[in-house]
Amino acid sequence: MLAATDLRVEFASRGRPAARAVDGVNLAVGAGEIVALVGESGCGKTTLARTLLGLERPTAGTVSYDGTPLSYRARALKAYRREVQLVLQDPMGSLNPRQTVYEAVAEGPRIHGLPDEEKVVAEALSRAGLRPPERFFLRYPHELSGGQRQRVVIAGALALDPKVLIADEPVASLDASVRGEILALLLRLRDDLGLSALVVTHDLGLAWNIADRVAVMYLGRIVESGPTEEILRAPQHPYTQALLSVLPESPERIVLTGEPPDPTRIPTGCRFHPRCQVVAAGNVIAPTCQTTLLPVLPAIPEPQSACHLTI
Amino acid sequence: MSLLEVDNLSVTYRIASGDVLAVRGVSLSLEAGEALGIVGESGSGKSTLAMAMLRLLPKDARTEGRILLGGEDVLAMKWGRLRAVRWAEASIVFQGAQHGLNPVQRIGDQIAEPLLVHKLATPEKARARVVELLEQVGLPAWRARSYPHEVSGGQRQRVMIAMALACEPQLIIADEPTTALDLMVQAQVLALIKDLIASRGISLLMISHDLSVLADTCDRLAVMYAGRVVEAGPSSGTFRHPYSQALAAAFPTVGDPTSRLAPQGLGGDPPDPQRLPSGCVFHPRCPVALDTCSTVDIDLRPAGDRRTAACVLVLEESC
Ligand SMILES: Nc1ncnc2c1ncn2[C@@H]1O[C@H](COP(=O)(O)OP(=O)(O)OP(=O)(O)O)[C@@H](O)[C@H]1O
Ligand SMILES: Nc1ncnc2c1ncn2[C@@H]1O[C@H](COP(=O)(O)OP(=O)(O)OP(=O)(O)O)[C@@H](O)[C@H]1O
Ligand code: SF4
Ligand code: SF4
Ligand SMILES: [Mg+2]
Ligand SMILES: [Mg+2]
Repeated sequence: MLAATDLRVEFASRGRPAARAVDGVNLAVGAGEIVALVGESGCGKTTLARTLLGLERPTAGTVSYDGTPLSYRARALKAYRREVQLVLQDPMGSLNPRQTVYEAVAEGPRIHGLPDEEKVVAEALSRAGLRPPERFFLRYPHELSGGQRQRVVIAGALALDPKVLIADEPVASLDASVRGEILALLLRLRDDLGLSALVVTHDLGLAWNIADRVAVMYLGRIVESGPTEEILRAPQHPYTQALLSVLPESPERIVLTGEPPDPTRIPTGCRFHPRCQVVAAGNVIAPTCQTTLLPVLPAIPEPQSACHLTI
Repeated sequence: MSLLEVDNLSVTYRIASGDVLAVRGVSLSLEAGEALGIVGESGSGKSTLAMAMLRLLPKDARTEGRILLGGEDVLAMKWGRLRAVRWAEASIVFQGAQHGLNPVQRIGDQIAEPLLVHKLATPEKARARVVELLEQVGLPAWRARSYPHEVSGGQRQRVMIAMALACEPQLIIADEPTTALDLMVQAQVLALIKDLIASRGISLLMISHDLSVLADTCDRLAVMYAGRVVEAGPSSGTFRHPYSQALAAAFPTVGDPTSRLAPQGLGGDPPDPQRLPSGCVFHPRCPVALDTCSTVDIDLRPAGDRRTAACVLVLEESC
C-alpha cells in the first residue's frame, strides 16, 4: 500500500558533512497492517515518517502509494494527504489552545472542501471514541484530559477518511492508564475500517501491544524487520537484542556504552560496530564488521537482520 | 531509626478557585541505603510530596503532618538549619531540571558551585572533586569544560546526578530522572543510580509515572492515586489494589501472550483534586467496585507479604 524504496534523506549544513538521517531504507506497509518503526532518539524515525508523507523530499529513492510513485506537485500532494494522515506526538503541542474541538477537527475537511462538515466532524469524533460527539464540540483543549486530547488529534486525522495513518509517538506523552485506551483505539480502527498504520516509537511494549510487524532502525537504516512475535521474542540483530535486554522483564542486561551515534559520521563497515556487544566481546567476526559493508534489507515480510553473523 | 519518616503528610494549594488537595495523608519511611519508588499518574501529587520533604513548596501551599529526616523535624527547622540540610544531607534532582542548567556556564563550574558557595572546598580542591564526580557518573574529565548544549540529554541527566552528589548527601530525591530519555540511555542512567546506592550507601526516593523504571531500581514501591498512597510493598511482589494492577497492565511484558494485540487501559479520567469523588476516590474508574465503594473510604490495610493496600476487596484476615 505505502512503500519506500531505497529511500535516502540528507540534511546539508554549511561547513559540516551532511547528516544522512535516512540512509537507504526499504519499507512497506500493507493494507490493514500495523507496522511499528522502533529505534533510539535521532535514528531517523521522524524524518522517515515525514518523507513518507511527502513533507520532506528524498535525496534519493522513492515513496510510492498503491504502486504509484509520489508526485510532489501541490495538487497531487493534497490528494495524497487525504489518504495518508499524520498523527503527531504531544497532543498539547499539536492542538491550538484557542480553537474548539469542533474547529480543530473541521480544519482538514474544510481545506479539502468536504460537504456535510458537521456530520463529518461528529463521525470522526465518535470513531475516535469521543461520544456523544456533540458534547465535545465546544470544548477547548485545556478542558480535556490527556487521553481525550490525543483522541481529538486522531479524530482530526480520521475526518478525511484516510487509508493509512502515520503516528509519531502517539502515546509517549500520555499516562499509563490512558495509553492502553489509545492503543486499543488504533487496533479497533484497523479491525473496523481496515486502516493501515505506521507507528513510530521507541516503546517496545507498544509494538508488542499492537503491531503486526516491527522494523528496527539504527542510524538511518533498518537493521532488522519481521513479524512482531519473531523479532521481539527471538531477535537476531545484536542491537535489537540489546534494546530488548534493558526491559525490566529481561533476565540479563546488555547496556550499550556510548551515546546515540551521529548521522554526519556514519561508521565504516557495519554502522553499529563501535557499540556492538559482539565486537566488544572480541568475536572473530570483528574485523569483518569494521570493514565490510552490509546490504540494504529489502522490504519483505519475513524476518531478516542486517548483521554479518546472520548473513 | 529510619533515615526519613513521613507521618500523615498533607499538602493543600490554596488558589483563587479554591483548595487543591494535592497530597492527602501520606505516611512512608525510608531506611539508610534503601531505595523507595513512588509511582502514580500525572497530577497524583508525586512532585508535591517530593518538594514538601525539603520545604521547597511555593507560599500558597499549606503543609500539615510530620517529616523526620535523621530524626529531626523538617517542618520545625529554623531557616539556617534547613539550608544546611538541603545541601549537605539531602538533595533533589528536580523533574525536568536538565533543561534548567545554565546555558552559558560550563558544566564543571555548575557542579563546583555549591562546593564553593558553601566554602566546602578551595577552587583547586573543587576542580579535583568535579573530575571525581564526572567519573562517578561515567563522563570523561574534559566534559567539565563543555556547555550544556554540547552534551546529549542522557549526559545532561548525568550532570544533574553529579550535582546532586557533590555534597555527599545521605538522601537523594529524584523526580522523574529518566523521563524523556531513550530506552538505552535510560538504562545507562538507572544502572548508574543503582550502582551509587549500592557502593555509597545512599538512600533514594525515586519518583516516576513509569512503573518499569522503578521496578528494577527500587526495593519497595508506593503507588499514589489522587494524593494518597493506595498501595505499598516490595517491588518484587504482586499488586493487590485494582489501580496498581491497571497501572502494571498498561506496561505489557514483551513476549507475554496475554498482552499481545490486547493493550490494557483504564477508562475514565484522572480525578480532579478540587472535586474528589466520595468514598474510595478510585470508584468511578474501578472495574471491580462494589456498591459500598462510593460511600466507604478504606484506609491502607495489611495485604500480606509486607504489603498494604487501600481497597475493600483486600481482606485483612486473608493475610
Ligand atoms: N532539518 C534538519 N536539519 C539537519 N539535521 C536534521 C534535520 N532534521 C533531523 N535532523 C537530524 O537527523 C537525524 C534524525 O532525526 P529524526 O528526528 O528523524 O530522529 P528520530 O528518530 O525521530 O528521533 P526522536 O526519537 O528523538 O524523535 C538526527 O540526527 C537529527 O539531528
Ligand atoms: N503551585 C501549584 N498551585 C496549585 N496547584 C498545584 C500547584 N502545583 C501542583 N498543583 C496541583 O497539585 C496536584 C499534584 O501535582 P504534582 O505536580 O504534585 O503531581 P505529579 O504527580 O508530580 O504529576 P506529574 O506526573 O505530572 O509530574 C495537581 O492537581 C496539580 O495541578
Ligand atoms: S555486523 Fe558485526 S558489528 Fe554489526 S551488528 Fe553484526 S556483529 Fe555487530
Ligand atoms: S475500594 Fe472499591 S472502588 Fe476502591 S479500589 Fe477497592 S474495589 Fe475499587
Ligand atoms: Mg522523532
Ligand atoms: Mg511531577
